Amino acid sequence: MNMEKKALEALLSIAESIYDQLKNGEIPEVKISTRTKYNIEFNEESEVWVYGDRTSTRTAKTLKGAYMMLRMAYVMGFIKDQLRINKSSTLRELYYISENWGPAKFDDQSDSDRLIEDLEILTAFQREHFHIRPEEDGATVIGPVRIREETRRGVREIHCQDDVGEGGYQIPVNVDKLEFVDHDAKFVIAIETGGMRDRLVENGFDEKFNAIIVHLKGQPARSTRRLLKRLNTELDLPVVVFTDGDPWSYRIYASVAYGSIKSAHLSEYLATPSAMFVGIRPTDIVKYKLPSDKLTEQDIKALNAILTDPRFDTDFWKAEVKLQLDLKKKSEQQALAKYGLDYVTDVYLPERLTELGVLKA
Amino acid sequence: MSSEHKEISIAEFFEKNKHILGYSNPSKALITCVREAVDNSLDACEEAGILPDILVKITRVSENTFRIVVEDNGPGIDREHVPRVFGKLLYGSRFHAIKQSRGQQGIGISSAVLYAQITTGKPAVVTSKVEGGKAYRFEIMIDTKKNEPEILREEDVEWYSPHGTRIELEVRGSYVRERKQSVLEYLKETSVVNPHAKITFISPDGEVFEFDRVSDVPPEPPKEIKPHPHGIEIGTLMAMLKTTKARDLKNFLKGEFVRVGDKISEEILQKAGLSPDLSPSSLTREDAEKLVNAFRETDLLPPPIDCLSPIGSQLIMKSLMQEYSPEFVYAVTRKPKVHSGHPFLVEAGIAYGGSLREDKVSVLRFANKIPLLYQQSGCALTQAIVSVNWKNYGLQQSKNELPVAPMVILVHVASTNVPYVSESKEAVSTVPEIIDEAKLALQECGRKLKEYLDRKVSIQKKKKKEEELMKILPLLAEKISEVVEKEKVDPEKVIARIMGKVYISRAVNGNKAVVEISNFSNSRKRLRIYEMCDGGINGNRTAKWDVEVNPGETERIEYEFSGKHVNSRPLVEGIEKELVAGAEVVNYEYGEEGT
Repeated sequence: MNMEKKALEALLSIAESIYDQLKNGEIPEVKISTRTKYNIEFNEESEVWVYGDRTSTRTAKTLKGAYMMLRMAYVMGFIKDQLRINKSSTLRELYYISENWGPAKFDDQSDSDRLIEDLEILTAFQREHFHIRPEEDGATVIGPVRIREETRRGVREIHCQDDVGEGGYQIPVNVDKLEFVDHDAKFVIAIETGGMRDRLVENGFDEKFNAIIVHLKGQPARSTRRLLKRLNTELDLPVVVFTDGDPWSYRIYASVAYGSIKSAHLSEYLATPSAMFVGIRPTDIVKYKLPSDKLTEQDIKALNAILTDPRFDTDFWKAEVKLQLDLKKKSEQQALAKYGLDYVTDVYLPERLTELGVLKA
Repeated sequence: MSSEHKEISIAEFFEKNKHILGYSNPSKALITCVREAVDNSLDACEEAGILPDILVKITRVSENTFRIVVEDNGPGIDREHVPRVFGKLLYGSRFHAIKQSRGQQGIGISSAVLYAQITTGKPAVVTSKVEGGKAYRFEIMIDTKKNEPEILREEDVEWYSPHGTRIELEVRGSYVRERKQSVLEYLKETSVVNPHAKITFISPDGEVFEFDRVSDVPPEPPKEIKPHPHGIEIGTLMAMLKTTKARDLKNFLKGEFVRVGDKISEEILQKAGLSPDLSPSSLTREDAEKLVNAFRETDLLPPPIDCLSPIGSQLIMKSLMQEYSPEFVYAVTRKPKVHSGHPFLVEAGIAYGGSLREDKVSVLRFANKIPLLYQQSGCALTQAIVSVNWKNYGLQQSKNELPVAPMVILVHVASTNVPYVSESKEAVSTVPEIIDEAKLALQECGRKLKEYLDRKVSIQKKKKKEEELMKILPLLAEKISEVVEKEKVDPEKVIARIMGKVYISRAVNGNKAVVEISNFSNSRKRLRIYEMCDGGINGNRTAKWDVEVNPGETERIEYEFSGKHVNSRPLVEGIEKELVAGAEVVNYEYGEEGT
């Protein structure tokens, strides 16, 4: 509760600053870190990408800035009331609640989500401290690890292989309420698509290789990334990321390993700098002669954007992205099924994981 | 030769072919008669450097007969010239002169006299007076067989005017009102391109229309030039060869043409294979043809251009402004160019919006400052307008049509030889050089229009944004006060700062008060502040202070008072209400000295 109190204080100090500026006849403004790839820098100590020194000023002189501050005032008021009566709400609920706010109403949930992120950056607290939750995204874990979770119906201990069905254990919103009891795992494999995650589970990959299989479900939620980070740092398990072979999937890997641009203020809390990329690499498309699709114009744009993204400024990524632009092709994880359903677990992954040093030859 | 063939005089020919000269129907005939007289007046004034003051009066004689009076303050005409100027076709001072003038062929006014004579049988009555001379009056008809003037009466008269000419004609015609093709429209358009002219028109209904001058400077009279070899036709050349005083061909070329010197004349003659020593009058038709071909093959400087007299972009804009009260006006005068040896230049102007409301573009076409009222679609100037892509400039337009906008488009071509479609001077032929120039001029106008329209849109957008901001900021102030649980904050000063106003506030502490005047505008302000207290301020019930505040600065007035303020907010004088926030604007005695 103490954290919540501090978070609320930080929040109200922003409100005070706007109030004081208005009172002094100054045009209110709020300075906030610029949230683009040009304003993230590598933090040597934590080995993740965080926001740099660049800030943008939102001023009430402009209509956009005035609306942002008005909405911010409403959201701060809402959070204050919610914390006072010890309730919580989801990002989506917040968006719907704004329906009653007249001109301060949000046009789109992405706007209200973004404003909550702004408040996180301004206060250096997390939305959980404001009692704002994301939607359950249903990402799951399966593997030889026993966890202890505080639920509304008391404390539960769950073994993520023995006590769960094929669907696995569902990652809760607040991962920090979990405790790892014990485990037999050698590594963690985070997988982009549901189809591939199910393939590995059906083929018994977790049992055979003592792997913890985490489903990313596309761009992973904060809770999923936080879980990976905790498995990595607390249990000292290597983390590998297995995605499709296209620019959007590389960004998924980047947000796990380096931190995302949108929430770089939380990189130190969410990113797993040691996470390794398994594939599908453009090299794999050639090496394994994978069935592929042609790159679309957006793909090419995204690949070129990656070339200027500081997070991807490594020899490995430059070479892979350039190769892909030459090939003009992309492949999905499940393209490996060309060689049979067991190929991925019997051949591809053992080969790649040995190369990465996760499996010993 | 058949005995039925006989020579017909020019006058007889025109009698039978009235339409060629613009008399094809009664309403057009009336306009043409007025036009010929007014054009002559304008030309005469221009040559003499006089600011024209022209009276046009039309009275109805019978249902389809009208009496036209056109009176000017021009230089007047020498007595011996009058009969032939008005009573002989193809007589004129300008026929062989190469310069820009309204009349060119010397048939204009005499054709009107002839038309009057044919339709009513009445002679033309001409009164004229040259400066320092006596006024005289002629009654003239044309002997159509001989194409010679017939003087019915000649007398000295008293005339109040120091100099000028007056012509009266009685013609069959029809008077139309307020149509694109009418005497009124013709005079209106004439006034637009002759900003130095004052024209008064009294209509058959007794209405008086005055078109005042916008400029007091008479246009520079155009200079005469000799023909340019590239613009000469074989017939003209042969006539020139016959009448020249030059002894030999070389001197003929040097003396009778522009841009021909020793070297060039030798070059031409060499190309033509003719000896420089030949006598000009000895040349045959074949020789003349060789000469014309040699002209074409020789590179020559274009003709000099001071023979042209443009209206000028500034005057076009002024005239359009005066005539149409638009919200935007622009005009451009292009540099002179040459079409088949004749110098020409194009001017274009547009007037947009304002009093022009109808979404129909009016086209004003002019050639040598004469309005062209007929054959709009067949005219090169119209073709230039429709060939411009007005969509680029933010207007609607269907392919090959005029744009749709509340707009007037003016195009003027000035030339020593305007290539008219016909003798009646109703439209300009589609000469590519002219169309190109007109297009370039119009495109420049279009670009300026677009700049204006874009600016207008962005100002409107900005205004809308500001209005919205003014609604949002009080909401922000209210909500933020609620969140921090403090006294409601007044956003007025912030709004004043954003809007660039003067913000005036009063803070009270016990019996002391401070009035602050913050100037957020970008100009220095002089104001008078009043405060009133029932217990008095410095011994008076009302106190006043004169203050000057520089942009971006704040002035403070401190005073002690007793009792209560009578005025809830400070009172201010010497500034517009829209420019102040936080105080009431009053109007006592300050003001005149304040601004």
